[in-house]
Amino acid sequence: MSNLKLIIKREFIARVRNKTFVVMTFLSPLILVAMVGLITWLSTLNNDEVREIAFFDETGLFTTDFKSSDNISYINYSGLTLNDAKDSVVINNLYGLLYIPKKQSSRELAQSIQFYADEAPNISIVNAIEDVIAGKLTNQNFKKRGFDLNAIENSKAEVTIQIENFSGEKTSKMSSYVKMFFGGAAGYLLMMFIIIYGNMVMRSVIEEKANRIIEIIISSVKPLQLMMGKILGTSFAGILQFFIWLILGSILLFIATSILGVPTQPSSIESSLALQENSQLELQLILQDILKLPLATLVLSFFVYFIGGYFLYSSIYAAIGAAVDSETDSQQFMLPIILPLMLGIYVGFFSVIENPHGTVATVFSMIPLTSPIVMLMRIPFGVNWWEVLTSMLLLLGSIMAITWMAAKIYRVGILMYGKKPSYKELFKWLKY
Amino acid sequence: MANLLEVRQATKRFGNFTALQDVSIKVPEGSIFGLLGPNGAGKTTLIRIINQITLPDEGSIYLDNELLKPEHIKDIGYLPEERGLYKSMKVGEQALYLAQLKGLSKKEAKKRLRYWFEKFDITHWWNKKIQELSKGMAQKVQFIVTVLHKPKLLIFDEPFSGFDPINANVIKDEILKLRDEGATVIFSTHRMESVEELCDHIALINKSKKILDGKLSDIKRAYKSNTFEVGLLTENNHGLYTSISEKFKVSPADFKTIDDQLKIKITLDQDESSNVLLSYLSEKAQIMRFNEVIPGVNEIFIKTITANE
Repeated sequence: MSNLKLIIKREFIARVRNKTFVVMTFLSPLILVAMVGLITWLSTLNNDEVREIAFFDETGLFTTDFKSSDNISYINYSGLTLNDAKDSVVINNLYGLLYIPKKQSSRELAQSIQFYADEAPNISIVNAIEDVIAGKLTNQNFKKRGFDLNAIENSKAEVTIQIENFSGEKTSKMSSYVKMFFGGAAGYLLMMFIIIYGNMVMRSVIEEKANRIIEIIISSVKPLQLMMGKILGTSFAGILQFFIWLILGSILLFIATSILGVPTQPSSIESSLALQENSQLELQLILQDILKLPLATLVLSFFVYFIGGYFLYSSIYAAIGAAVDSETDSQQFMLPIILPLMLGIYVGFFSVIENPHGTVATVFSMIPLTSPIVMLMRIPFGVNWWEVLTSMLLLLGSIMAITWMAAKIYRVGILMYGKKPSYKELFKWLKY
Repeated sequence: MANLLEVRQATKRFGNFTALQDVSIKVPEGSIFGLLGPNGAGKTTLIRIINQITLPDEGSIYLDNELLKPEHIKDIGYLPEERGLYKSMKVGEQALYLAQLKGLSKKEAKKRLRYWFEKFDITHWWNKKIQELSKGMAQKVQFIVTVLHKPKLLIFDEPFSGFDPINANVIKDEILKLRDEGATVIFSTHRMESVEELCDHIALINKSKKILDGKLSDIKRAYKSNTFEVGLLTENNHGLYTSISEKFKVSPADFKTIDDQLKIKITLDQDESSNVLLSYLSEKAQIMRFNEVIPGVNEIFIKTITANE
């Protein structure tokens, strides 16, 4: 077996056998699912709560308009005096008291309605109440001016704009969200992968240095071989972990949703029927949108940028690991890694989504340190092939340059003990 | 005797610092070659160059009369001074890994490892992790890994550090045995008594330059000063001392005796024979001790280094 294969195998096994790795691999999906479950459960809890609201209507106009719904029930306190009403709201521990005073004009009335509550009331409840009152007052105004309410109701028009592209294909309004989702997920995944497994590469380099085994190893293999073996071995472990996460995650999510019975459809039947038609249509369109994404390009470029980005960054991680004696010392060199990654993500989530083909997005999808993330986010929106090609070539070129530099720093650094090098010294090492 | 290793005018600079300057050494086949020098002299750099860990800026290295090339890695076994093993890997596994890196097949490596593990009586360590072993135990494993692929050239940097006297002896015997089986050994250490005991050739490096090298016996011959250590039994120590010092160059000596002897060192001129001194002394007193003072490696080491400063 060649030395590179031996090193890859050892690194892979060392990573996979590591207790933290095992724990993380099997615990993370559990934690994730538990979180999702918890959040869903909490939100259903919240929704089940029925808020009791008393109203004190001096006008007598709204007695029949406040209809109790799933989460609000109205109680008419108009028979009491205002003070009694307030007291009994407090005593009965109701959510709040709506006070509608008697006023001359509806305009005046509209400005003088009050809601008494211990705590700041929920915005959606206030909105619901406002809607009821506004609707009632509007209708009253219509009546006053002699309009026929039925005629008005009948003449209301509803508009849904169908979005099509110039070749006549229909897209859903969700289209750009779908693109955003795919691009964002790819970019984010890449960033996470780089940070998690780049760090692992670095730690493994530091471990060899701290163990003092490094000199024994590099009297048998070339430092570059060792570095490459490390990067590859760790990435295979990472890919394995991601696959396990994917499989475990989907199994667990499936189990969790079926056990908890998280509603996949709205609960009330009438609304669901109406919605179903709509959402089915929408869902079809979303599916169409997904299929219409440049899938082949997307998958292919995902692999290229994923591998390229990972290689670029993990060789920097390896060089940093070689330059320092312990993990704590590595902090000062983290900035050149974290900064472009963050920049990539931010540019991706702000610039690309605003304007996928704008100058900022285009430039950052060319710069090698940010291009893997930014270009991955741009590709779903459709990017000229020559732009992708340029960006890939730039990436490839810089991978070669950076790996070469990293290997230089690596081969000098692994044999240096005792002093924390400065950037200046690292630069000097390039010339040794 | 043919030279297994020849370093020709190797120079290595790190930035402005010259770690090695024009150093040439010849290591005869089948010899034990002591590479000596104070801390920071450049020994480790030279060793790393021989191991192709670093490349020299100038100069060339020949192994077996061939210019050093990557394939030669398999012909060299190196036990570095800064050595360790993977802490969380099992002893057997990592010995196998390191042996395979040196080009042994898994099967062959296993076979040889079994032989060595049995020899050192450490078979039960196979499934232990290094972190469970003591430092000396780990050193044994490192020694095995160094010699396992039967290299032509063995390089030991401070091989005895971390060993108790008994195990140091075991290792020393193994090194001698390997030499007898045909291996050539380069040996870098600060412990002069082991140089005295083992090495037949030495090179002395100081401040990145080689200042002395050759066969140890030749060097000693060159460094001896025709001085003799003498122990005499007489009635009158003081009187004898005065009369001898009138004729010869005398200095006091110190060695242990059971009776009260006159202990002196007498230095003769380069061409004077010891017989003259002997016959002179035999008339004056009873000679209890008479031997030539041969400088130890330690003495040569200190003398040469201070002379060069």
